[in-house]
Amino acid sequence: MNIKKYRLMTFQKASLCRHFENEVYKRVQEKIINFPVYLSAGQEYVPSSIAQLVHNKKLKPMLFGQHRGHSIYLSFGGSVIELIDELLGKKSGCTRGMGGSLSISSKKINMFGHEGLMGSNACMGVGACFSSGKPTIVFLGDASVEEDYVLASLSWAAKKELPILFVVEDNNYAVLTKKEDRRDWKAKDVAKAFKLDSYDTQDSPEKIFKILKKNIFKKPIFINVHTKRLYWHSGAGEDEKVFGDRLGIEMKYLGKRATEIDNKIKNRIKKLWQQRLEKR
Amino acid sequence: MATALRETIKNITFKHLKKFKGQVFGQNLTGVGWVAGTLPKLYEKDGVIELPLADVANGGMVTGSALVGRRPFYIIRYQGYNWLNCIFIANYACKSKEIWDKPAPMFIRGLSNEGGLGPASTSSHISIFYKMPGIKIFSPMSNNEYLKVYKKFMQEDEVFYISEHRKSYENKLEFKNTIKKDLDIILMPISVTRFESEKAKNYLNKLGYRVGIIHLFELKPFILKKKWLNAIKKSKYGVLMTDNDYVDGILRTLAHKINEKTNQTVNVMGLKDKSAGYTVKTSNFPPSASEIVNKVKSIISKKKRRKKNG
Repeated sequence: MNIKKYRLMTFQKASLCRHFENEVYKRVQEKIINFPVYLSAGQEYVPSSIAQLVHNKKLKPMLFGQHRGHSIYLSFGGSVIELIDELLGKKSGCTRGMGGSLSISSKKINMFGHEGLMGSNACMGVGACFSSGKPTIVFLGDASVEEDYVLASLSWAAKKELPILFVVEDNNYAVLTKKEDRRDWKAKDVAKAFKLDSYDTQDSPEKIFKILKKNIFKKPIFINVHTKRLYWHSGAGEDEKVFGDRLGIEMKYLGKRATEIDNKIKNRIKKLWQQRLEKR
Repeated sequence: MATALRETIKNITFKHLKKFKGQVFGQNLTGVGWVAGTLPKLYEKDGVIELPLADVANGGMVTGSALVGRRPFYIIRYQGYNWLNCIFIANYACKSKEIWDKPAPMFIRGLSNEGGLGPASTSSHISIFYKMPGIKIFSPMSNNEYLKVYKKFMQEDEVFYISEHRKSYENKLEFKNTIKKDLDIILMPISVTRFESEKAKNYLNKLGYRVGIIHLFELKPFILKKKWLNAIKKSKYGVLMTDNDYVDGILRTLAHKINEKTNQTVNVMGLKDKSAGYTVKTSNFPPSASEIVNKVKSIISKKKRRKKNG
C-alpha cells in the first residue's frame, strides 16, 4: 500500500472516531449519558494510524487500552452500534452495559477492558503477551507512564524481548496538570534506558507508519506520540483552543475525496445514534 | 507412609506444569530452598518464571497471564507482600469475569509464617483480599485439603487465594472435626492455629470440659454446614475462633456471620492489635495452645459467674 492510500484509509478511521466522539459530546451535554465519559477526539490519529498499519499486515493483536479508549475500539474495528449501546448502558453493548465509557472491551477485536487504575494495562499487557506469545499493543497516557509499575513492565518486556508495542498518547495533561509540572524526564529516554526501541514523534500517520512498519511485533517497541486533546479530561467541555488539529491537517492534504468521506461518515454516525436512541 | 504436605504441593505443581502447560510465577523461586521445598526444580523453559522485584507490576503481569488462560500459580513469598501484590489482582483479576466476561483464573500461593519477621512479613494478611468480590480463599493445612482445593481450582475459573503456612509443610495428618451433642464450647480455628487448637481441645477434654472443634479451611465463600450450626446453637458457651491474621480482620467478619446464623456468642483470638518486632518479646504471635486453653476457661468461668449473679 502506498503512503497516500494508507493516509486515506487512516483518515477514514480517524474521521469515524471524531464524529463518534462529537455525538457522544452532545449526548453528555443533553444529559442522556450521565456517567463520566472520556473523549478521545483530537487524539484519534494515534490509534487510527496504528490500526491501519496492523490491518495492512493482517494482524489481530491483543489490545490493552485505558480510560480514553473509544478511538482504540473504533479504529481496530469495534462495532459502532455496540459502542453506542454500551454508552447507553444496554445489554447489547460491547461490554454488556457494564463498561460505561472507561471500561469498554470487545472479544471480537481482542480488546481487554480497563478498570480505572492508570497504567495497570501495561502490566497486564506484558503478562498476557509473555504467556501467549501473541502480538500485543498497550496504550498509555503521558501521565500513566509515570506510574512505577508501568516502568517495571517496560523493563520486563525488554528483558523478555516480547512482541509488544507500547504507545503513549501524549496530550501533555494529567487531568489539567501539565507534564512540565510533573516531571523533568522524557518517556522515550526512560524507555531507551530499559533497552527498548524507543521513539518520540508527532501524531502524523506518515511518521508513525515509518517508525513501525518494519519492526512492529518483531521486538518490544515504545513510541511516545504527541497529540492534542479537544475535550476535557472527563465529561463535556472543551479544552483551550487547539491549533494544528491532525484531522484537519490530513483532510486538507487528502483533498476533496477526504471531505466527501468525512461528510458520509458524519451523516452515518449521526443516523446510527438517532436510531439507537429511538430504540432505547 | 504418609506424605508431607510439602511433597503434595510439589507434586501438584509438577503436574500443573507438565500436564496442563501451566505457569508458576514468583520472585526468587530458585533461591531459599525452592520455596521451602514446595516447588519442583524446574526453570523458565518448564514454565517456572522468575519475576523481577516489582511486586505491584508482578500482580498485574500474572493477571495478564491468567487472562490468556494459562491458569498461573503465583507464589507470594510472604503474605505481608500481599499489600503490594493485591492491587491489580483484587481490582482486575477478581472483577474481570463479572465485568468483561473474561475470567482470570489464577492460583495464588501466599506463604505465612509465625512471628519473628517484623512489621510486614509476619503471619497472615488475607483480610485485605477478603472483602473483594470474585475471589475464593482457602487455608489448607493438610494433603487432602490441598488436593481438594487444587481440584476445585481446575474445575472453576475464579481467582483462588491459598493461604499457606510454612509450619504445615511437614504435616502428614488429616484433621477431623469433633461435633458432639451438648458441648460446652466449639473451637473454630483457621490456618496454623488449627494445630494449637487441636492440642488445646485434647487438653481441655482431659480436664473434663466438653470441647468440640470445627476446622475451617474454606474461608470464602464461607459456608456454614447445617450440622455445624446445630452444634453451635446447642453449645453452652458458643464459639472460640482463632487465626493468625489480625483479630480485626476476617476473624470478626466470620464471627459475625456465625453469630447472625446461631445467635450464639462468638469469641475471637488472632494477632493482637500491635505491630510486630523481631524477637520473642516484641513479635506478634498467633494464639498458642495454652493461650487458647486459658481463653476457654475464662469464657466459661465468666459466663458461669454471670449466670450465678443473675
